[in-house]
Amino acid sequence: MSSVEIHSVVCEELNNIAPEVDMQSVNPSADLREALDIDSMDFLNFITAIHRRLGVDIPELDYPKLITLDGAITYLQKKLGGGNKG
Amino acid sequence: MALDRIRKRPEDHAGANLDDYERCAASFSWTQARSLLDGLPGGGLNIAHEAVDRHVQAGRGGKLALRWIGRDDQIRDFSYADLAAQTSRFANVLAQFGVGKGERVYSLLGRSPELYIAALGTLKNGSVFSPLFSAFGPEPIKARMSIGGAKVLITSEAFYLRKVEPWRKELDSLALVLLTECSGNPPTATVDLAAVMTAASETFETVRTEPEDMALVHFTSGTTGRPKGAVHVHEAVVAHHITGRFALDLHADDIFWCTADPGWITGTSYGIVSPLTNGATMIVDQAEFDAERWYRILQDQKVTVWYTAPTAIRMLMKAGAQIPKRFDLSRLRFISSVGEPLNPEAVVWGVEAFGKPIHDNWWQTETGGIMISNYPAMDVKPGSMGRPLPGITAGIVERRNGEICEIDKPMAMGELALRPGWPSMMRAYLHEEERYRKCFAGGWYLTGDLAMRDADGYYWFVGRSDDVIKSAGHLVGPFEVESALMEHPAVAEVGVIGLPDPAAGEMVKAYVALKEGFEANELLRKELLGHARKRLGPAVAPKDIAFRQNLPKTRSGKIMRRLLKARELGLPEGDISTLESEER
Repeated sequence: MSSVEIHSVVCEELNNIAPEVDMQSVNPSADLREALDIDSMDFLNFITAIHRRLGVDIPELDYPKLITLDGAITYLQKKLGGGNKG
Repeated sequence: MALDRIRKRPEDHAGANLDDYERCAASFSWTQARSLLDGLPGGGLNIAHEAVDRHVQAGRGGKLALRWIGRDDQIRDFSYADLAAQTSRFANVLAQFGVGKGERVYSLLGRSPELYIAALGTLKNGSVFSPLFSAFGPEPIKARMSIGGAKVLITSEAFYLRKVEPWRKELDSLALVLLTECSGNPPTATVDLAAVMTAASETFETVRTEPEDMALVHFTSGTTGRPKGAVHVHEAVVAHHITGRFALDLHADDIFWCTADPGWITGTSYGIVSPLTNGATMIVDQAEFDAERWYRILQDQKVTVWYTAPTAIRMLMKAGAQIPKRFDLSRLRFISSVGEPLNPEAVVWGVEAFGKPIHDNWWQTETGGIMISNYPAMDVKPGSMGRPLPGITAGIVERRNGEICEIDKPMAMGELALRPGWPSMMRAYLHEEERYRKCFAGGWYLTGDLAMRDADGYYWFVGRSDDVIKSAGHLVGPFEVESALMEHPAVAEVGVIGLPDPAAGEMVKAYVALKEGFEANELLRKELLGHARKRLGPAVAPKDIAFRQNLPKTRSGKIMRRLLKARELGLPEGDISTLESEER
């Protein structure tokens, strides 16, 4: 999966949680919880949605790595590229 | 299946403040508890004086009072003397702008040092402090500031521009807006807090307040109507202090971490007042929950007493009991939890992860302090909230023919009730005399929580007796959520309930019926979700919205939330004789 595709999946899932936010305007290195005004529960729902969509296992301790848009994309790219997922 | 009682051995609680429950409860008096505090030098009682200045006057000014950890791990330390100086500066700022005794000062801040300084500085000035949760959106903020007649708001520039400025002119009472994190020139009609703080004097004589003078307003939610502003007075500090000693076992040499945000009452009573009156060192972390970070803070800051919440504990459980073993948590002496009942598995998990159980306790915004608790020197029955604090009389009651009767039979369900009269009991709901009066009957304060008491006197939470939703330990009033959704032009009717959630306890879900001419589709669902989030903020807005053609209603048109919930969960529908208009 290309980083563009991952980017679009991530944005789509974030949009499901905070539909009022224009994802284009979000600073890719900003803390998503602040940039999107989402709480920890929303963030958990985002992780769950990503897991369901991409089949990636995200251990609890890795959650902080997905706290920015850039971070999430880099992390998922690594996971998807390195694993057996085709 | 009930999990085994966790027995305490004498070596588990050597030196505990409450070393024998029965004896402490029998010998307790509030007069004696009051004598542990100093009072103002010239008479009167003031929370900020008990929390800060009296320690400085007694020669303990050099002791570390507050260690603040920034999101980026920077540390700012405040000794009791520093805190005295900073809170005096803030009080001087208020006085200089003509803010007087009894006037309302609101905060809308993340966990920044200014929040703690503003809270205590406001009390020093004799003004009333009302903290708002920073995850509130514009509408909950506006409602709460209007009800309290806010004179002052302290917030960040970013929050101000996004959540307050658009409606500010509708609130006539708001005379002063103090901003933190100013980017340059403060926006029109606001003041850069840092600039005025620098110019203010570090000495201030605490305004004389009497025990019954209003000190704090904390907002909470009911099933119907607007949020309720629970009023607490300076005398509450007597309970803040002693309950911290008993239920959290606070000692002056403790390093205490209360993870609650001061936007909720736990974060004020036990995240500001109690640790300071007890002369302890408190840790404040600006960042949001992060499992590894939290263990690191417990280790690096050598935290001895930790007060947290079930939602956080469940997330730590999810991360696994192996992770805490990588950290040196040997200093941790006592772990406590509040916000919603802690499931028995979590209590037992504490033993596996930390070598000690997690002690659940129970209280409400209205009670101002911990009422029922587990203690270091008392066996823990996993799943039970424990036994009443010394000085607190609790009971299980039911209404029979309009009378309130106490139920003595062990493990019989009824409403949890308390005999009024402890110092931190709310004195009013602001401008809501009728709602306040309804909380009391037959000589009891009725909590609205259903519970049972076993033969050993331990209390067990069952559920709410009303439709209030408990999400991540905070009450969400369905009416507030419904009102925001009703403002959308497509919405004809809406019912809001709480559904079980593995992490947060309950999550808010809304059921919406649309007006003629609107089509139920994914686009509109998202629009409504966004609409609610913009108005209410993430702490209150629904996490999910479902469409219905018609919502179940009574003859008088009241939406039957209970029925929506029973059906969603596949539970028995109960009495539906009042159902007039069926769900479709």
